Formats: sequence, C-alpha cells, structure tokens
Amino acid sequence: MSFDFKGNTPIYLQIIDYIKKQIISKKYRLGEKLPSVRDFSMQFEVNPNTVQKALFELENMGIIITESTNGKFVTTDEAVIEKVKKETIEKMVEDLYLSFLDLGIKKEEVIEILSSKE
Amino acid sequence: MELLSVKNIKKSFDDKVIINDISFTVESGKIVGLLGKNGSGKTTIIKMINDLLTLDEGEILVNGSKIGVESKKVISYLPERSYLEGSERVIDIIKLFKDFYEDFDEQKALFLLKDLDLDINQKLPKMSKGMKEKVQLALVMSRHAKLYVLDEPLGGVDPTSREKILKTILSNFDEGASLLITTHLIADVEKILDEVIFIDGGKVILAGEVETLREKENASIDEIFRRVIK
Repeated sequence: MSFDFKGNTPIYLQIIDYIKKQIISKKYRLGEKLPSVRDFSMQFEVNPNTVQKALFELENMGIIITESTNGKFVTTDEAVIEKVKKETIEKMVEDLYLSFLDLGIKKEEVIEILSSKE
Repeated sequence: MELLSVKNIKKSFDDKVIINDISFTVESGKIVGLLGKNGSGKTTIIKMINDLLTLDEGEILVNGSKIGVESKKVISYLPERSYLEGSERVIDIIKLFKDFYEDFDEQKALFLLKDLDLDINQKLPKMSKGMKEKVQLALVMSRHAKLYVLDEPLGGVDPTSREKILKTILSNFDEGASLLITTHLIADVEKILDEVIFIDGGKVILAGEVETLREKENASIDEIFRRVIK
C-alpha cells in the first residue's frame, strides 16, 4: 500500500494520526504488537527516522509501549484509548464544522445534514 | 557524528564561478537531499566529493578523511550518467564489482536485480536507459558503504518505477550509513528525506530539517523550493 501524505503537514504528525485511527477502529487491537520501524517505513515509503519520531511521540502519549527486546505494542489501558478516541472525534467534528462555516452553512443546517445521513 | 563535512568550498571553470563558498554536513544515519535546478552546481559538488573534480578552495572530509583512497572506500556513488556502456552481460558487471569493491555483497545484488525485474544474463546494449539505471542503482546499493551518494537516481526511469526505486533505496542502506541524494524531482523524493539543502547560483539558499520546514512554512518541500528558487 502506498500512503498519500499531505505535503504541507509534517509527515510524522500524519503517521501519528494514522496509527491512532487504526487503534480506535481496532485494526490494531489492545496489546497487539506493532510493525517495526523498518516495516512502517516500507509501508509508508518514508524515512525511518520520521517513523521513529512518530512512534516516540505515541509512546509519550501512552498510546504505545516499548518492550525493549520485543518491539512496540498498543497499550492495554482502555482508558487511554477511550481518551484518544474522544479527542480524535472532537477534532474531526471541529474540522468538519469549520469547513461548513467556511461555506456559510449554519449550525442548524449542519445538524440537519448530519442527521439525514444513514 | 558527521560523516560528510563540506567546508567553504569554491570552484570556478575558466572565469565562471560555479560553486561560491558552500558549506554543509551530513550526519551519520541521515538522508539528505541536495536540491537545485539544472546548472545550479549539484553535480559539481557530487563530483568533488567523489574525487572527480578538484576544489579551488575549502575542504571536504568524509568520515574524517580528506578526499582520496580512504574516502572512496566508504562512498558508494551513483553517477548522473550511466557508465554501463560495454557489451557485457549484467552478470559480468557483478563480477567486476565483486573484484573491485571489498564491501560488495553479491547475494544482495542478485536479490535486488531480481526484485527490480532485471535479468542478469541480459546484455547491456539490449537494455533501455531506465533498465541500465536500475542495474546501476542495484549495484551501488549492494555495497556496505558508509555514505551513498546518488546523483539523480530517478533521472531516466518512468514514474511508475520511481516508487520501486525509492523503496529499494530506503530498504537497502545500512543502519548508521548516510545518503546524499540530488534530484530535481522533489515531490517524488521529499518523503524519504531527513534534511534538505537548496542550492542556487553556487550558494546554499536554504538548509534544514524537512519536517521543521513543512511545519514552519505550512507547505511541502516542493512548494518551498519553488518559493525560494525562482
């Protein structure tokens, strides 16, 4: 799979976003082992140092855990994932809302449009 | 650790100044893009690093040594133009590389050539420009070098092969090794870079980490390049 990065945003932030979404959607499950830096680097076709930086940040957020000899794993702490999920959804809604506002669409209309979706 | 250090180099041909006081370094483990338009002096710098041109002024150190026998041992160089001009087969060139370079990994070369869909029994004159470039890249990446210097590695290959070439580069340079890569195809290459050096008119116009530049300018490296280099 080739990955379509947006040029104007640091790639490590986009990788963080991608991995978070994989975890929220349970494509990577709690406690599951993650691909290695090299594997991610090949998958995304990006510099390994960029992947390293993304994983380092995810570790600082408590989302992933390093076991020194075994590699990196998704946390088993459900509360952490719930928090990430909440933040991610809030961010998505915020972005969507702002883009509606940009088009001059009012809040009531946004709600109407959203609730008409199945 | 600095694997390559270029200090205040200058170069003129006749009375024309081609390189006018350029300095930069490449740290161990980094992939650095040396980017500039045609005629900006990229290839001149690359040739000086590879002892194919002498400096007028300044100094280049590779792994702490001045340019010469020692520096050549640790640099694996892909020239802009192919030197695969003979009537040999690919397998003959592999033997040549094996004799010539102590750090050449024949198994790796065979693997990479296969991975790039190349036939080692094919004769060079029967190959397209793009195929020859792939052969040469596979050979260059099969050395266990400290510094890989790739001058326009995507030059003659079609867009669909570019991704494959980039993957080959990414997956085959040794840990701790560094890569200096020149290209005018910035959009294709920027996601594999750690740092960039923009040169124009024989000078460094901008240099820095790619992620920092993207964040600061809110733009891709390709866009930033077009902004600063007219």
